[in-house]
Amino acid sequence: MAYSIRDHARPSKSKDISGTLEGSAPLKQLVSTRDAYGRTLLDLGRENKDIVVLDADLSTSTKTGLFAAEFPERHFEMGIAEANMIGTAAGLASCGKIPFASTFAVFATCRTFDQLRMSVAYPNLNVKVVATHGGISVGEDGTSHHAIEDVSLTCSLPNFTVIVVADAKQAEETVRAVAEHVGPVYVRLTRPLVPAVYEEVCNFVIGKAIRLREGHDATIIANGLMVSRALEAASLLSAEGISTRVLDMHTVKPLDTLAVRDAAAGTGAIVTAEEHLLHGGLGSVVSQTVSEHHPVPMRFVGIRDRYARSGKPDELLVLYGLTPQDIVDALKEVVDDK
Amino acid sequence: MTDTKLSPSELQGKARCLRCHIIGMTATAGSGHPGGSLSAADVVAALYFRVLRHDPRNPQWEDRDRFVLSKGHAAPVLYAALAESGYFPRELLYGLRKCDSPLQGHPDMQQLPGVEASTGSLGQGLSIANGMALAGRLDGRDYRVYVLLGDGEVDEGQIWEAAMAASHYELDKVTAILDRNRQQIDGWTKDVMSLEPLADKWRAFGWHVLETDGHDMEAILEALMAAQEVNGQPSIVIAHTTKGKGASFMENNLRFHGSAPSRDEMERGLGEIRSEEKCKACGVQYPGPC
Ligand SMILES: Cc1ncc(C[n+]2csc(CCOP(=O)(O)OP(=O)(O)O)c2C)c(N)n1
Repeated sequence: MAYSIRDHARPSKSKDISGTLEGSAPLKQLVSTRDAYGRTLLDLGRENKDIVVLDADLSTSTKTGLFAAEFPERHFEMGIAEANMIGTAAGLASCGKIPFASTFAVFATCRTFDQLRMSVAYPNLNVKVVATHGGISVGEDGTSHHAIEDVSLTCSLPNFTVIVVADAKQAEETVRAVAEHVGPVYVRLTRPLVPAVYEEVCNFVIGKAIRLREGHDATIIANGLMVSRALEAASLLSAEGISTRVLDMHTVKPLDTLAVRDAAAGTGAIVTAEEHLLHGGLGSVVSQTVSEHHPVPMRFVGIRDRYARSGKPDELLVLYGLTPQDIVDALKEVVDDK
Repeated sequence: MTDTKLSPSELQGKARCLRCHIIGMTATAGSGHPGGSLSAADVVAALYFRVLRHDPRNPQWEDRDRFVLSKGHAAPVLYAALAESGYFPRELLYGLRKCDSPLQGHPDMQQLPGVEASTGSLGQGLSIANGMALAGRLDGRDYRVYVLLGDGEVDEGQIWEAAMAASHYELDKVTAILDRNRQQIDGWTKDVMSLEPLADKWRAFGWHVLETDGHDMEAILEALMAAQEVNGQPSIVIAHTTKGKGASFMENNLRFHGSAPSRDEMERGLGEIRSEEKCKACGVQYPGPC
């Protein structure tokens, strides 16, 4: 039987592939969340001698190599042994260090889930897992390297804070905030360059959604690289006379339930958008709050219970329904439901 | 800081006391893991009452030696040693596994003073111990880190990841003790998963290997002291032991890996252990054993 990509992926309803990572006006500038992480970590290392960094043979990709070059004695290369990396980080944290452990998101969470649970979450230790290569925008490496379960896994762990970063400015502020926060944190960054959402500042506060656009017909709640796409969708919708609020819900846990309730009450319909499986990610946790406190119609943009494939990031985002147009379609549906 | 310098025969008395508690606690709880607790009682007594630099009145003392019970199911032997050291009242031991007790089925570092790591999912303790040793080195502290491994536990791949890392980072402050009681849950280790040549494996991973009779107090002390002299590499003491050691009917009896003795069995076991020489250390009445 001939294999068809169309059987495998959810066909995007639209032929519009404007949703490339290159973005469209006004989100022109492309930035790297990983570089921002590497630079900020280096700064933090200069400010606080308790910051230590662990890697699993990917420090060139995670950009922690910058820190390693200046502070070799505080950088621990653990080799391709992620479980041991997390356990070692736990031991360092129990003796007062602030360990940042980095690798690709899929290995940082799927390979190490029990270590995250027993060695970090249960004893509530001050370990920061900062993972690059979140989602399917990893691209050509394919499913083995796509992290689409990571948010669900880490959100399921008591004591963990879970953050999905939208752009470089936010990465910078997030890394500073999580270094100050006491307790386990998971941060997801992206591999490709992403459109800048924030220019001068992002005013990042853990657990506080950022309202990027005001509107009254419906709200898009997005995080990660879907934030810039949500803004594009809102522009497209406004051209058709639909007024949309856009929230950057960078912190999935603890969720800013007030912002969610306010969106439900103030706009009467919600679409979530995430580069993650629909099970257990942003959409799931938002819908929990909505159904408990203020039921309104919802739609969910995300990956639908399947693994993706190799391809260019832009192609995959189209193939798996993560374009601005997908958000537009979902939003029109949900407005019709009101 | 404890400056107890107990003699080997006094330490044997402490080990008997720990064994009485293990049997009494698990029998009272009606569940738990007595077998692997009893096999480790002599080593744990040597550590808590002679080797470890620790201060039960100041469990967070930054320069203390750390002890990580990687085989967390042996919680009863750890709890008994902590109580007998004075971290908390002995009476708490007999609340083991009860809903309102800080003595969880497996150790929880957040609930009980003196517990250095939350364990119970096997294979994770050596990594944690390595992290503690790395932190100590960065801070210029000279504390040592001891970690107790089960022989079944070393089936876990993470143990060998950590073994590699400890020698890569030349963690000479790390001493692992491997409770070589030759049994796990499904049977003898040789039948479940072959480990031999076990000492050679650790040597090949860059460790200094010491072997000892894990029930001979003088030999245990000698091995632990020798480990302190090793420079530039981690050391492991392979302690040859008998699972269920102390009560004849529990020895090498797989049933007592994860089931408690009945009340009758408890009386019999306590009788055997105490008959050797009355345990003087422990003043509690029933449900305490002495
Ligand atoms: C990761 C994990 N898998 C399985 C278990 C269940 N389990 C508890 S004890 C045990 C056997 C341990 O054998 P060993 O390490 O030799 O301990 P000992 O015989 O000294 O009690 C197993 C399989 C566990 N606690 N953790």
